[in-house]
Amino acid sequence: MSSARKNAFQRFAANRGALVGLVVLLLILVIAVAGPWVYPTSPWRMVGRPFLAPFVMERFPLGTDTLGRDIAAGLAHGARVSLLIGLVSTSVALLIGVPLGALAGYFGGWIDDAAMRFTEFFQTIPSFALAIVIVAILQPSLTSIVMAIGVVSWPPVARLVRGEVMSLRTREYVQAAVTLGQSTPRIIFSQVLPNAVAPIIVMGSLMVASAILLESALSFLGLGDPNMMTWGYMVGAGRTRLIDAWWVSFFPGFAIFLTVLALNLVGEGLNDALNPRLSGGRN
Amino acid sequence: MPFVNFLAGRIAKGLLVLLAIAILNFLLIRAAPGDPAMVMAGEAGAADAVFLEQLRQRFGLDKPFIEQLWLYLKGYLVLDLGFSYRQQQPVLGLIMARLPATLLLTGTAFVFSLALGMVLGILAARRVGKLSDSAITLAALVFYATPLFWVALLAQIVFALKLGWVPNIGYETIGAGYTGFRRALDIGHHLILPALTLGLFFMALYARMMRASMLEVAGADFVKTARAKGLSEGIITRRHVARNALLPVVTLAGLQAGQLVGGAVLTETVFAWPGIGRLMFEALAQRDYALLLGVFFVSSAMVVALNLLTDIIYRAVDPRIEAAS
Amino acid sequence: MQETTLTPDTVLAIDNLTLSLPKGADRAHAVNGLSLAIRAGETLCIVGESGSGKSMCAHAVMGLLPAAVRPAGGTIKLEGRDLIDLSPDAMMLVRGRQIGMIFQEPMTSLNPVMRIGRQIAETFEAHGVLSAPEREARVAALLDEVGLPDPAQIARAYPHELSGGQRQRVMIAIALALEPKLLIADEPTTALDVTTQAQILSLIDRLRKKHGTAVMFITHDFGVVADIADRIVVMQDGICVEQGLAADVLGDPQHAYTQRLLAAVPSLAPPAHAAMAEAPPALTVSGLDKVYRKRVGWFGAVREVAAARQVGFAIRPGETLGLVGESGSGKSTVARCCLRLIEPDAGTIRIGDLMISGLDARALRQHRKRIQMVFQDPFASLNPRHTVGRIIAQGPMAHGEAKAQALDRARVLLDRVGLPPQAIDRYPHEFSGGQRQRIGIARALALEPDVLIADEPVSALDVSVQAQILDLIRELQGRLGLAILFVTHDLRVAAQLCHRVAVMQKGQIVEIGETAALFANPQHAYTRQLFAAVPGRRFFGHGPS
Repeated sequence: MSSARKNAFQRFAANRGALVGLVVLLLILVIAVAGPWVYPTSPWRMVGRPFLAPFVMERFPLGTDTLGRDIAAGLAHGARVSLLIGLVSTSVALLIGVPLGALAGYFGGWIDDAAMRFTEFFQTIPSFALAIVIVAILQPSLTSIVMAIGVVSWPPVARLVRGEVMSLRTREYVQAAVTLGQSTPRIIFSQVLPNAVAPIIVMGSLMVASAILLESALSFLGLGDPNMMTWGYMVGAGRTRLIDAWWVSFFPGFAIFLTVLALNLVGEGLNDALNPRLSGGRN
Repeated sequence: MPFVNFLAGRIAKGLLVLLAIAILNFLLIRAAPGDPAMVMAGEAGAADAVFLEQLRQRFGLDKPFIEQLWLYLKGYLVLDLGFSYRQQQPVLGLIMARLPATLLLTGTAFVFSLALGMVLGILAARRVGKLSDSAITLAALVFYATPLFWVALLAQIVFALKLGWVPNIGYETIGAGYTGFRRALDIGHHLILPALTLGLFFMALYARMMRASMLEVAGADFVKTARAKGLSEGIITRRHVARNALLPVVTLAGLQAGQLVGGAVLTETVFAWPGIGRLMFEALAQRDYALLLGVFFVSSAMVVALNLLTDIIYRAVDPRIEAAS
Repeated sequence: MQETTLTPDTVLAIDNLTLSLPKGADRAHAVNGLSLAIRAGETLCIVGESGSGKSMCAHAVMGLLPAAVRPAGGTIKLEGRDLIDLSPDAMMLVRGRQIGMIFQEPMTSLNPVMRIGRQIAETFEAHGVLSAPEREARVAALLDEVGLPDPAQIARAYPHELSGGQRQRVMIAIALALEPKLLIADEPTTALDVTTQAQILSLIDRLRKKHGTAVMFITHDFGVVADIADRIVVMQDGICVEQGLAADVLGDPQHAYTQRLLAAVPSLAPPAHAAMAEAPPALTVSGLDKVYRKRVGWFGAVREVAAARQVGFAIRPGETLGLVGESGSGKSTVARCCLRLIEPDAGTIRIGDLMISGLDARALRQHRKRIQMVFQDPFASLNPRHTVGRIIAQGPMAHGEAKAQALDRARVLLDRVGLPPQAIDRYPHEFSGGQRQRIGIARALALEPDVLIADEPVSALDVSVQAQILDLIRELQGRLGLAILFVTHDLRVAAQLCHRVAVMQKGQIVEIGETAALFANPQHAYTRQLFAAVPGRRFFGHGPS
C-alpha cells in the first residue's frame, strides 16, 4: 500500500500535462486568496474611463469595461466565486451521489431498482435547463446556484459509486468479511468504500471543472448572484459591445477556460496515477 | 414479439418520465417564494387582479395540496402548458412556433459532433503516441474546457464581424423574401456558426470517448483472433475494433442529448437564433415562469424522444441486447 | 538436452530463440536459447507453469508478440523460411494461411457483433481465396467438420448464442479454414469443463491426423500432455529444461524440475484413509433448494435456473466431503448457502446442534465464527489495502477480542500455515499466489471454526504449489479435527484429499459415497462420463474403466 501510494505519486509527477495543470491551478488559487488584498475595493466600482484598452494603462492592465470597472479586479474577485461554487456544489453532488450509489450497489434488489430509476430520471432531464429553472424560480443567490448545480451533477456520481460498490461487493474479500461476522456498516466503510475512493476522487476533480463551466453559463444568462462579480457575468456584460471592446468578454472567458483546462489536466493525471489499469496489469 | 414488448416498455417509461417532470414543475412553483398565482402569472407584478383570480380558480389554489397537483397535471394531460400573460398567448403555441429552429440546430450539431468526434477518435487511436494523436488529444482537451458561450462570441467576432464569411445573427436574411431552395441555402448559411460552436464541445467529448474505447477494444481477445486470420490492420480497425468501440459511444451520445438541448439556450442567445432556447432566455428576462417551465417540459420531452431513438438504434447495432435485457 | 534433428517433413524449426523482456521486468529474457522442431502430423506439447515463457514462444512463431517483447536472436523457420526477419506485410500472409492459432478464452475470442459464418469467411477474404458462394459452402463444410450441428443455423448465429465448447469449435474451424501446415493451440481447453475438454482434444487430434497438420500445443496440464503429446518440451523460467519423446519424458524424466512437476500431479487412485470415528455430524444440510429467477425485459417471461434441488449431506468432524461437478452444476451455490452468503429458498443447515438456517441477522453474526470459508482467487480474496495482520485479526476483533491479543494470535497462525511472523506487517501484493492462499487459510482458522468450506482453493495455483496447499489443509485437519466441505472440479484433487465425494449435476447430487468405493465403481451415468473425460487417466493412476 505504501509503495502503491508512492507509485501513484510518481506516475502523477511523471505526467507533464498534470503538473502544468497543477501549477496553473495553484496560481489561480493564489489569485483567489490574495485578490481581495490586491484589489480591496469592490469590483463593481467604476474606477476609470469606460472602454480603456488592455496593456495601455499601467493602472488597468487588462483595461476597463463598458462602465469603467477594472477588469483585472473583476477577474481576481471572480476567481474566488468560481472556485468556491465549483468546490461546494461538487461536495453537494458527492454528498447526494455517494451514499445513494453505495446503498444501491451494496444492497441491490428493490433498493437498487428504486435508486437507479430515480437517478435515470435526473439523468434524462436536460441538466442545464433544470439548473436555469431552479435558479430562476428560487431567485439567483449563492445558495440557489450551488443547490442547482449540485442537483444536476450528482447522477453520474451515483452511477459510478453503484458500479464500483457492486463489483467490490462480490469481491471475495468482502464475502470473507461477511463470513468473519463483521457488521454491515463496518464492511461498507472499511472494506468497500476505501477501494472505491480512487475513481471518486478522479470524478470529483473533473466535476469541479464542469461545475465552474455551469456556474459561468448561468451567470452569463444573468442568473448569477447579484452581489458577486463572476467571470460568466463579465463575459455576458461585455457581449453587446463586442466589436468595440473585445477584451471585456475575452479575458474573463479565457480565465474560465484556463481554470477548467487545468482541472481537467489534473483530473486526468489523477486518473492515470490512481487507476493504472490501462497502463499495466496486476503487478 | 420481443420488439413490440421492448417498444411498449420504453414508451411507457418515457411517459412516466414526462409525468414526473410535470410533477417536478408543480413542486418548483410551490417552492418559489411568494404567491403561486403570482409566480405563474409572471412575477414582476404586471399581471392584473382578474387574471390572478382566474389562475387561482383554474389551479384551485385554495384547495388541498393533492387536489392542486391533480388540477395542474390535468392541464399537461391535454397538452395545456399554461398561458403566457406577457405574450398573451398559450405557452404551447409559442413553443411550437420556435421548435423547428431548435430541432434544426441541435440535430445538425449532434450529427456533426458525433460524426467528426468518432472519426477523430479513431484516427487518434490508430496513431496512438504519434504526433497526430497528440494534436487531436490536445484539441479535444481544449474544446472540452472552453465555455460554450465564450467560443460562440469569439466565433461571432472573427468569422462574422471581422471576416464576414457568415451572417452575424438570426435564422435567415430578413426581408430578402427567398423561397424554396434559395431559402434553404440562406438558412444553412445562417446555421453554420451556431451549429459548429454548439457541436464543438460534444465533438471533443465524443472524440475522447471514442479514442479510449478504441484503445480498450484493441486489447480484446477477438482482435488477436482477427490478426491470427491474417487480416490487414486497416480491416481489423474498421471491422472489428471500431464497430465494437462504437457501442459505448452511442450510449453516451444518447445520454448527452439532454446537454445538447441545454447548450442550445446559450448558442441561441448569442446568435439570436429563434428557437426554444432563445425563448427560454426571453422568458428569463421577462420573468415569465409559465413559459419558462413550458420550455423546460418540452425540452425534456425532446430528450425522452431522443433516448428512445438511441435505444432502438442500439438494439439494431448490438445483437447481444435481445438476450441480455 | 537432446539436439533437434531436422528431417524433410519438419514443418517448424526453432533454433536458439531468445526473446528479450523490457528493462524492469523480473528477468531479462522471456525465452532463452530455445530450440525445437515439429514434423508434419506430429503433436508437440510445450508444458510449464505460469511465467515459464511457453505462451510467448507460441506468440513469437505467430508474429504476435506484445510490443515490449522482442526477438533478440535465433531463427524460427517455417518450412525452411525464417519468419523472424519477415516484414509485417509478409507475416500477415503467413498468419491464417500457413499457421492457424486458437486461444485460451473461447468466450472472448470471437467478435461479439459479427455472425459466426462471416467470421470464418473472413479468413478466405483476407487471403483472397474462393468466390463468395464458394466461401459460404466452405464455411458450412467447416462447421460440419468441427462437429457443430446444423451448420447453416450456426453460421447465422452470433457468438453469445453459442456455448464455450461450441465457440472453441468455431475457433478451430477458423484456424484450420485454409488447411495451414501448423496449428498453434495456446491452452485451448483450460477454460472449458472436463467433458468439453475431452471432446475438443479428440477433435484437434482427429483433424491433425486427417490433414497431417503439425500441432504446437501449449499447456500447463500434464494429464492433457500424457493424452495427446508425441513429443514434449518442458520449460522453466524461459529455458527448455528437457525435451524428447512423450514416453521418455513422462516415463523417465531426466531433469529434477520435470520430476518434481510429474510427482506433483495428483493420482486418480484414492489413498486408503483410516476409518472415521463415529461422531455426530459437524455440518448437516438437508432439503436445500435455490432457484435463480430472472425476468426477461419489462413484460417478458421469467427464466428459472435451479442451482440446488433437494441437496442434502452431513460431514463429521475430521472428515472432508468433496463436492465435485462442472461449472454451472450448483456446487458453489451450495457451498455459499451453507454459510448463508446466499440465502437458500428452502432447507435446513445445522452446525452441530445449532440451526444456522433459522437465525436472524444478529444471531447469525454471533455464530458465523463456527463456519468459515477459504476462497478460490488468491488475488481477490484479500483486501489490497489491509496488512496481513489486520486481515487475520479482523475476525476475532469483530467478535470482541482485543486488538493486541488478536495480532499475537495472528503471528502464531502465520507460523502454523508456514509463513514467517514478519509477514504480519506486509500487504497482500507482496506475496505469491500460494502464500496468499495460506493467508486466507489463516484468516479462516483465526476464528477456530468447526466447519471449513473450501471453494476451489487450489484451482488458480500451479501444480507444484497446489500440492503444498493440499498438504497444509490435510495437516491442519488432522490437528484441529475440522469438518471440510471441499468444492472442486478436479477429480484428481478430490481423489487425494476427500474421504467422501458427492457428484453434482444441474443442482442435484446424483451420487454420493466413500471416495475409494465411488472411484472404483461409479453408479450414475454422469459420474462415469466425468471419469472418462479426466485427461491422462491411463498415465497418472487408474480410475474405473
